[in-house]
Amino acid sequence: MNQQITPAPVRKTIEVKATLERAFDVFTASMGRWWAKSHSINSSPQEDVIIEPQPGGRWYERGVDGSECQWGHVIAWEPPHRILLAWQLNAEWRFDPDFFTELEIRFIPAADGKTRIELEHRNIERFGAKTDEARAALDSDGGWTGLLKAYADAAER
Amino acid sequence: MTYSNDALAALADPTRRLIFQRLAAGPQPVGALAKDLPISRPAVSQHLAALKSAGLVIDRPEGAKRIYRIDPKGLAAIRIWLDQFWTEALANYAAEFSQDPQGDQ
Repeated sequence: MNQQITPAPVRKTIEVKATLERAFDVFTASMGRWWAKSHSINSSPQEDVIIEPQPGGRWYERGVDGSECQWGHVIAWEPPHRILLAWQLNAEWRFDPDFFTELEIRFIPAADGKTRIELEHRNIERFGAKTDEARAALDSDGGWTGLLKAYADAAER
Repeated sequence: MTYSNDALAALADPTRRLIFQRLAAGPQPVGALAKDLPISRPAVSQHLAALKSAGLVIDRPEGAKRIYRIDPKGLAAIRIWLDQFWTEALANYAAEFSQDPQGDQ
């Protein structure tokens, strides 16, 4: 007897002291500068994260050895207001062309020349579509279980 | 059944987080969990019920015992992880602007 579970999207809001254009530019064109290097699927250390600036463009990381690992693609490219990305890393943390969840980022003018960023990562229920794979990922120390342990440790500090 | 921030709310309690962490290491019966914790067995059961309703753990009977483990569907776990992930990512992103006042503009 399976329960139907529908997780709410992950929603985050943050304000930065920058114009709309600069906020958009740092988010999209300089992702490699602020992305946590530990969040990588490449065996080579991460050198950069690239979003090709057009609909259908690839979203990928490049290792220091030049190897590339795709994470997803651009669905909508509307500078400097909005970007819609397809996150195609599945529950096993692997690129899967048949899998995607939507990641929408909106850039909104705020007071004092600041910009508000609203991020929404939705379709989280799709991570559960391949139950066996999700289970395998969850059971491994390198999978969500390991990440959750790290999270719980951090939350306790 | 739906949940939104139930999973995060459930883990706001330190004892519950500890129980969840123990289960992350492997399935366990209530008795074994209670033995390691400075709270009563009924209290452990209550925390497990809260974790279960938040979609974080499931249980199955094994003889007279109930064995608890992290929900193998992992959706709640994945959601928690993503929530934390984006919080950190956006903090790093925002730091780009404070480190680099006016920067290359």
